[in-house]
Amino acid sequence: MSSWPILSLMIFIPLFGAFFISLVDGEEKTVFKNTKMVALWTSLVVFILSLFLWLNFPQSTGFHFLEEVKLFSAIGISYRLGLDGISLLFVVLSAFLVPVCILASWKSIKVRVKEYMILFLLLETLMIGTFCALDLLLFYIFFEALLIPMFLIIGIWGGPRRIYAAFKFFLYTLAGSVLFLIAIILMGYTSGTFDIRELLVYQFDYQLQLLLWPALFASFAVKTPMWPFHTWLPDAHVEAPTAGSVILAGVLLKVGGYGFIRFSIPMLPEASDYYAPLVFTLGVIAIIYASLVALMQKDMKKLIAYSSVAHMGYVTIGLFTFKQEGIDGAIIQMLSHGLVSAALFLCIGVLYDRMHTRMISDYGGIVSNMPKFALIFMVFTLASVGLPGTSGFVGEVLVLIAAYKVNGYLAFTTGIGMILGAAYMLWLYKRVVFGKLININLKNITDLDKREYVIFIPIIVGVFWLGIYPESFVIEFRDSVTNLVNHLNTRLAN
Amino acid sequence: MLKLLVFLPLMGSILSGLFPKFLGKKGVIWVPTLFSFLSLFFSVILLAQAIGGEAYITHLCYWIKSEALTVSWSLRLDVLSAVMLFVVMLVSSLVHLYSIGYMDHDEHKARFFSYLSLFTFAMLMLVTSNNFLQLFFGWEGVGLCSYLLIGFWFKKQSANAAAIKAFIVNRVGDLGLILGICVIYKLTGSLDFNVVFDKTSSFLESNIHFFNLSIPYIELACFLLFIGAMGKSAQIGLHTWLADAMEGPTPVSALIHAATMVTAGVFLVARCSPLFEYAPIALNFVILVGAATSIFAACIAITQNDIKKIIAYSTCSQLGYMFFACGVSAYSAGMFHLMTHAFFKALLFLGAGSVIHALSDEQDIRKMGGLAKALPYTCAAMWIGSLALAGLPPFAGFFSKDIILEAAWGHHSTFGYIAFYLGLIAAFLTAFYSWKILFMVFHGKPRTDISSAHESPLYILIPLFILSIGAIISGWVGYSMVDTHHDFWLGSILILDSHQALVNAHHAPLLVKLSPIIVAVLGIYFAWLFYIRKVHLPKIYSEKYSKLYEISRNKFWFDEIYDFILTRQLKNIGNVFWTLGDIRIIDRFGPNGIAHLCSLVASKIKSFQSGYVYHYAFTMFFGLIILFSWQFLIYFGWL
Repeated sequence: MSSWPILSLMIFIPLFGAFFISLVDGEEKTVFKNTKMVALWTSLVVFILSLFLWLNFPQSTGFHFLEEVKLFSAIGISYRLGLDGISLLFVVLSAFLVPVCILASWKSIKVRVKEYMILFLLLETLMIGTFCALDLLLFYIFFEALLIPMFLIIGIWGGPRRIYAAFKFFLYTLAGSVLFLIAIILMGYTSGTFDIRELLVYQFDYQLQLLLWPALFASFAVKTPMWPFHTWLPDAHVEAPTAGSVILAGVLLKVGGYGFIRFSIPMLPEASDYYAPLVFTLGVIAIIYASLVALMQKDMKKLIAYSSVAHMGYVTIGLFTFKQEGIDGAIIQMLSHGLVSAALFLCIGVLYDRMHTRMISDYGGIVSNMPKFALIFMVFTLASVGLPGTSGFVGEVLVLIAAYKVNGYLAFTTGIGMILGAAYMLWLYKRVVFGKLININLKNITDLDKREYVIFIPIIVGVFWLGIYPESFVIEFRDSVTNLVNHLNTRLAN
Repeated sequence: MLKLLVFLPLMGSILSGLFPKFLGKKGVIWVPTLFSFLSLFFSVILLAQAIGGEAYITHLCYWIKSEALTVSWSLRLDVLSAVMLFVVMLVSSLVHLYSIGYMDHDEHKARFFSYLSLFTFAMLMLVTSNNFLQLFFGWEGVGLCSYLLIGFWFKKQSANAAAIKAFIVNRVGDLGLILGICVIYKLTGSLDFNVVFDKTSSFLESNIHFFNLSIPYIELACFLLFIGAMGKSAQIGLHTWLADAMEGPTPVSALIHAATMVTAGVFLVARCSPLFEYAPIALNFVILVGAATSIFAACIAITQNDIKKIIAYSTCSQLGYMFFACGVSAYSAGMFHLMTHAFFKALLFLGAGSVIHALSDEQDIRKMGGLAKALPYTCAAMWIGSLALAGLPPFAGFFSKDIILEAAWGHHSTFGYIAFYLGLIAAFLTAFYSWKILFMVFHGKPRTDISSAHESPLYILIPLFILSIGAIISGWVGYSMVDTHHDFWLGSILILDSHQALVNAHHAPLLVKLSPIIVAVLGIYFAWLFYIRKVHLPKIYSEKYSKLYEISRNKFWFDEIYDFILTRQLKNIGNVFWTLGDIRIIDRFGPNGIAHLCSLVASKIKSFQSGYVYHYAFTMFFGLIILFSWQFLIYFGWL
């Protein structure tokens, strides 16, 4: 069983599916139907494989399911794959969200369905590749290539200002990556290897670390996104189709956080320690600033986009506390945000499919006609607010506890986000769902159909599962995080 | 049994909330109601067991494990939680029953009962928690249900606004609580009550430096926990949500905003008595806030005209009593008052609900009057409730309020005396506004047409009857709670030997013991004078002291000030950040700026590619000159 190259399978099955889709031919209607079916089943197979990985994951530190094919042995670049406890759950999350996205686009995408599905499967390949890569250059290739399908999805199936948004998204991320590429070359050159496992224990010179760190930071901070590199996110979200937003919020933002855990912190611990106050400051600004901006948004998607910035502020703060609680909390917060914000975008998508508007003021009182939707939307609103029992709370409270261990003021200012978060989310909910049904167009709005239930119910299960018994997730990455924290402590003690 | 007790309401909630079709029209009402009566039955048994000395902790499963932080879902039974279980279940079951009658005409009954049961579950999780985080779960859970139930009539704008306000003001308190939890975790490395309380003595010496002050950490922890309690229990400063919360259906006001949820703050302080006992500054702060709230809320209550708002402010004021009782280390007196208050305040609210129901949703007492004949049972219930609230013997409030005031006196400190005198004045005002309600609603001449008023159905009267009995007897039945000769609480509340307020209370001079009754009688007399005997007096006095009257009527302008300072400013800042920060600065100098710069530079450079040969030749020539001159300079050694 272990001889099976399961990670490669997961990476290449979607490509295979995409290839099949490109072969689909015939009448338009049948093409659309077959395309969707192929895409759905391909992504489901990958998801099942990811669950299989999860169930068979060994409870020990280090990387598992290793694969290695030498590519350029002269400079030590190989096709190396492997998973540890941290990346495992991100792979599962990605594999989970892709079928959700395909289902969510079932009816709303009416043009170029073939290309759309191909791009989504390509995206899946690249996402899983990013989290599995154990070679710095391979990681970079996957990491950067992710941009392309996303750029196309926004640019082709997006809203009216999609070109601006797509270019802004592309340029922002590209600007960060150029520095990242230089840093990678420098890191590989100094250490003589691109193997992440070797780099994790390699000790870079302190001065070099101080140089490398900002280069990595530039790339991950844009992806996360941290204030002030966040302005691409609201535009990208607003213009992207629903499924695009789901992947963007659910997985692409996590790549930034993952980059911090995988590269910045363990490879450059001294520099991370040196720059931690900067990260805290930006994190706190992100939380308060983005929350306040979210409060004033008139477009639902923009509001959720800004709330993502605030939530990712918790993640970065948690990571840079270098405490077990903080890093555990940050990972849970990322998983939780991956589910919750994805679900919130799906909720907006449900409304958009029916009314073709995202303006908050166009809604109000829809609970009368959509009670089931109102309930589901409420669950995700509360999870976003961080109510105990939902996934949002566990991450937040762990980050807060770790932040308090570092500094009381940090915990206080971070905590203010709890209040503001409740304010903007509940206000949004009130304006959209409650009140009298005034807008005449809303009179005939229909409640969720079966397909939409199938999308939401697994996410709800995930949200409560993560909120009530996070242990089944934490157990996978606990040892890896403990290892990381010990590594940091020994390195920083010197 | 404890598990069943706690999870039955959750089951009821899920069943009637998610499967209304399965249960049918009657099922959605009766299933949660029956489940809650079943839980009530268990809670009686458990209370008897706990008083008999049985205490245990049931571990369910782990919740969060991260390094030293190990938090599990578990249920704790001791005397303190058993008392709370009983109070919560009793009021909750009765309110379920009452709602069957009260919500008869509502089309969203299933949702209502689901929320009520969910609330009960959250409250039970709160009181049976064995660690701070699960307490926080219950804490936020009851806050959520309160939010849902205040906004139950979602078509009313005011109800929605009140619901959000309640949630957010509570969140301010919750921030204090969660930070308090962080402090405790940092000090002890645990959040389990037993471990934390055992380790308390080990960190008494550690101080935190705050500007030039050096404060013991435990003071900070207790202070933060108390901020949380202030939010939930609507103490001065964070009280603004409670009056607005009256937008919700009346049974909700009785259950959540009188008997159970708002008392969670008092429960928290009592539960954390092993911490508070070592934090004298925080305790003084508790006394001060409690005393200030008791008088402040009473002052507002006397000039309000909405029957529910008067009772709401009265709740606020009574919670103040409970807090300063805790502040003088008479936690048991606070808990005692919590219990008696739960009976008579739930009674008053349900009675008020009965009146409102009879008058088809009229809440303004100026439009009532002379209802005693039409609503005899309700009237009797309201009289009993008011007598208990005013603290007249032999009703329940007499015992508990008396012991609190005596304990405040027995604290023998400046703060104690302040609390005692403020509490006395508040007692006078309490009697005054209680009888204002009674006289304006039930006696005198009708001010509007009340001919259609009718007595409520049995579903409403039975809970009133049971609560009336509670309001009469719970005082002397529960008196052993504050008896200092034997420890009723069996160690679930800690009082240091040096804190003798409760013992002193039993040796208070006769005048101190009698004064609460005297002021209560005086209050009733003045109410009678103002609202029965000389009905023109209120008008004269409100004009004579118009400024004071305005202050009280406008609730000290707390809402307006908060709105002006916080809400509006925050929205303004949000707008500024967005339009100025994001659009004008980051975007303008960031991506858009760079893009603009690129195209600018490109447009300049573009002109070089003109396509004319002589342009290219000139450029080449120019370049050669530079190249040659550079070589020359190097050759001659000038560079």
